Amino acid sequence: MNPKIKRKRNKLGKSNWQFWLIISIPLLYAIIFAYIPMGGILMAFKDYSIKKGILGSDWVGLKYFQQFLTSTSSITVIKNTLVLGFYTLIVSFPFPIILAVMLNEIRCIRFKKLMQMVTYAPYFISIVVMVGMMMQMMDLRTGIFNTILGALGFDPINFFGDVKLFRHLYVWSGLWQTIGYSSIIYIAALAGVSQELKEAAMIDGASRLKRIWHVDLPGILPTIVIMLIFSCGNIVNIGFDKVFLMQNSLNADVSEVISTFVYKVGVVNSDFGFSTAAGLFQSVVSFVLLIVVNKISKKVTDTSLW
Amino acid sequence: MNVKFKNQSMSDKIFIIIVYVLLIMLLVVIAYPLIYIVSASFSDPQAVISGKVFLFPVDPTLRGYAAVFKNTKIVTGFLNSIFYTVVGTVLNIVMTVLCAYPLSRKEFTARNGLAVIFVFTMYFSGGLVPNYILVNKLGLINTPWAMIIPTAMSTYNMIICRTYMQNSIPDELYEAGQLDGCTPWKYLVKVVIPLCKPIIAVLVLYYGVAKWNSYFDAMLYLKKDALQPLTIVMREILIQNKVDFTMISDVKAASELQGLTQLLKYSTIVVASVPVLVIYPFVQKYFVKGVMIGAVKG
Repeated sequence: MNPKIKRKRNKLGKSNWQFWLIISIPLLYAIIFAYIPMGGILMAFKDYSIKKGILGSDWVGLKYFQQFLTSTSSITVIKNTLVLGFYTLIVSFPFPIILAVMLNEIRCIRFKKLMQMVTYAPYFISIVVMVGMMMQMMDLRTGIFNTILGALGFDPINFFGDVKLFRHLYVWSGLWQTIGYSSIIYIAALAGVSQELKEAAMIDGASRLKRIWHVDLPGILPTIVIMLIFSCGNIVNIGFDKVFLMQNSLNADVSEVISTFVYKVGVVNSDFGFSTAAGLFQSVVSFVLLIVVNKISKKVTDTSLW
Repeated sequence: MNVKFKNQSMSDKIFIIIVYVLLIMLLVVIAYPLIYIVSASFSDPQAVISGKVFLFPVDPTLRGYAAVFKNTKIVTGFLNSIFYTVVGTVLNIVMTVLCAYPLSRKEFTARNGLAVIFVFTMYFSGGLVPNYILVNKLGLINTPWAMIIPTAMSTYNMIICRTYMQNSIPDELYEAGQLDGCTPWKYLVKVVIPLCKPIIAVLVLYYGVAKWNSYFDAMLYLKKDALQPLTIVMREILIQNKVDFTMISDVKAASELQGLTQLLKYSTIVVASVPVLVIYPFVQKYFVKGVMIGAVKG
């Protein structure tokens, strides 16, 4: 072997320890803050007592899961989670695609830039501010929405006091906040659709709508499918933050979801085993959903995550 | 593609007009609440509660902002949030680069195995209670570190960073560096970090916004008032409606007090959102890029 190459090989072999050194801190972080808590999942199967520690506590088997899947209060929680998840999916999945397609038709660059700038902005507002804004503007007496409704001759609406409105408020305000951000990926995909194909369609006399339907949408279909798979995996993963902030005594019947339930049972009531079991149920279901939807998509559309 | 408007068919003309109308409606729906909040925060308290503010400030005044800056809780929260955001983001970036760089190098033999270890944490976690117990055992509860150390790195952002390093830095550069006797560490400092400035800008934005907006960790781990970030203070004022009236004690009439409370809320919202919204237009192009890199990985 050429001595030069040999020396290089040696150097490569030796330099691995430097990589190990560089990655050691992030690796330590992942072990401590991700893998050690995973060991805590054992609590879902144990009657945890602080004195005995996680490993020393007595096994209770699937008691907490049984409790979670049979008690009426947790059935309501599961149902609320699914309803809210589906509703979110149905609303916040298609609208960003429609927005991206419409923006793609705009030739006036300035208007397009303005649209993008404004629609991305709400994404950066914190959830606390977002919910605070809603409560201010939808206040029964002083809110601007009710002032406008009153001026138009309608009765005022008690937005935050009406159980029936909770889901609509949650979902549509979510769309308001994320429509621009979610559309970015489709805008990028649309920019990659073959211009020649579009021109050919135009020469053949296809109208704008037909060009969108037969050229643009098939062009971005793989992106749409990938995003749909992710969204389906997230149906049960309703985030804690916004629901918790929007909750009040009036809407508790429909607003309690698994993540807020886990918090209340675990942190507020200190029922560690039950809370961990509920949380584990949620992450297992979402993981299984992701895999199943991915499988289906692989069969039907040939597009999949891995 | 650039067909003049008048040359298009009738149905295409109608179609594009409908598109413009819908987009302008969306623009109004998204922009109006933002404009209203800002206008309300500058208006006279009475005008705000009697619903006279629609688009522009009525009888402009800075009383809301005066109340915000007189409120020691809000000021403390603001300073705490700045501290958590700056220190937290710096640590995030250091950790992310240190993790992404070895995983991006073909020469590092263990990289695929290690990548699986990191990616797995994206899909599965111990959950709320085990995390809480861990942070408690480490003695981080009620210390500023509870806001910084448990969220020292996001695997998702690390993957984005790694993808960028793999795709935009040519391999020949590493080989050339090696022939010149460059060690992996030197290569990281002298070559990789300078070439990764665009992705680091994206990550600063992602991490910074997440830190600035986070409130759940604070709610869970911090009990002392002196440590609370702005989000927790805002939750008290905006959502739980706990307003400390001592700072507006010079006001006599009850209606005046009610008006000023509303004004304080609007001003707090603006103050809390300004740092992010001011930076946002400057980094917008980077952040679109970040979404794209993340999407490539899928």
